Amino acid sequence: MKLELRDSPGQLVAALLPISDMGGNIKTVIHEHEHTPGQGVLSVEVVIEIPPELLDGLIARLRERGINVLRLGEERMSYRQSVILIGHLVHTDLGDTIDRIDQTGFAEVTYMSLAMPAINERTSAQFVIKSLTREHMQQALLILRQVAKQKEFLLIEPLEF
Amino acid sequence: MAVRLALLGMGAVGRGIIQTVAEKDLGLVITAVADSRSGCIDPDGIDLKNLLDRKEKTGICGDVNISAETIARTAPYDILVEMTPTDAKNGEPATSYIRDALIRGCHVVTSNKGPVALHYHELSSLAKENNVHFRFEATVAGAIPILQTLMYNLGGNDILSLYGVLNGTCNYILTRMAEEGLTYKQALDEARTLGYAEADPTYDVKGIDAAIKLVILANTVWKKNICLDDVDVTGIDLLTEEALRLAEQQDATIRLIGEIIPGQNIYRLCPRIVPKDHPLVVQGSLNAIIVRTDLAGDLLFVGKGAGSKETASAVIGDILSIRDMDAGGN
Repeated sequence: MKLELRDSPGQLVAALLPISDMGGNIKTVIHEHEHTPGQGVLSVEVVIEIPPELLDGLIARLRERGINVLRLGEERMSYRQSVILIGHLVHTDLGDTIDRIDQTGFAEVTYMSLAMPAINERTSAQFVIKSLTREHMQQALLILRQVAKQKEFLLIEPLEF
Repeated sequence: MAVRLALLGMGAVGRGIIQTVAEKDLGLVITAVADSRSGCIDPDGIDLKNLLDRKEKTGICGDVNISAETIARTAPYDILVEMTPTDAKNGEPATSYIRDALIRGCHVVTSNKGPVALHYHELSSLAKENNVHFRFEATVAGAIPILQTLMYNLGGNDILSLYGVLNGTCNYILTRMAEEGLTYKQALDEARTLGYAEADPTYDVKGIDAAIKLVILANTVWKKNICLDDVDVTGIDLLTEEALRLAEQQDATIRLIGEIIPGQNIYRLCPRIVPKDHPLVVQGSLNAIIVRTDLAGDLLFVGKGAGSKETASAVIGDILSIRDMDAGGN
């Protein structure tokens, strides 16, 4: 989001405090010196991670402090992971496999790439999953593990270290 | 005075030890040796060149009336070096030999995963009661001194997690599938031809060997009390070459990774998608381990996980460290 605040000491902290108070994660703060309108006003771009339901409350609190939200860009699902599934994916209802993730509301399959070498042979597929947060991704992977067990897929998860 | 060794097992590792003791002036003397069918004892030290020649010519190392059990119980030695084949189900007969030696008040060094994975707590208490040492560095990651490092050199650290490539055969197969586009079967056949895989590769490719190493790490480094059934194990035998190609498309590859997160009781071994530039992506039959600690930060270990000289290195390291600790009045 792009914020407009008074160019005086303590103003940036005043803008960032409500974000962290509400459990948001501040990823970066960019001072936009060139685009500053002047006359004691400062324009700042901040990239934050916050549960979407808290966003309206955050904007209200910023306004209470005299900070103007100029622009708001929202990427709902910012967390991305890629997994590989091996097995009889098509004949075990591929639509259902994808739905099990999509139905959660906090994660979805956004890309899929399939390799089907021959009829009756196992299919290998890459799924890209996006989620709201890292925790949601772990929950999505847990669901996928259950699906893999049930449909006898080999699930290859990414190593996060 | 030279430290007297009794060797049980004359496979590749046993022969590696004998050669090293013969070639290097380490202050060690071998007073007893047993293979699966025979044994020999000489309180003044066995002539090692004759021993190796005899084994090569006749297939046995000595007198068929002398058993490994007899040696463990009655031969004169300071350290029992137990290198018989691993039995993952009950750890026998190795565990009995080790018990016999500890009860006699002799130190034990083993390269055998069975007794450590199954009976570490019992054997370690037995060693303590008898005021002797029980060491097993060679059981995990061959030449990499991982156990001593984690158990002693990083003392005072909380070791928060461990990730590792712990089976060279699987890593070789995955490397070849990724690099040359081989099928799983082709890569396995190649590994067999080169001697990296056993005639029956089940133990390696289904992940059992690497999972046993996770059990050893969990029970010794973190003093847990888990068994093989507590490890979530998936091998590499069902991987497809297409899966490796899909990983390649995202600049990643697939490796069989062991994972321990003791705080969450996670013990897992399974193929994982790993970025190609990740430090655990080592080539061929190498092993690699990363640990995360609170004081020392992240540490990476890479080295040969198998081979007669490499495993002998770990065994001899244990032997010499016991000797030096004893000399220090322990």
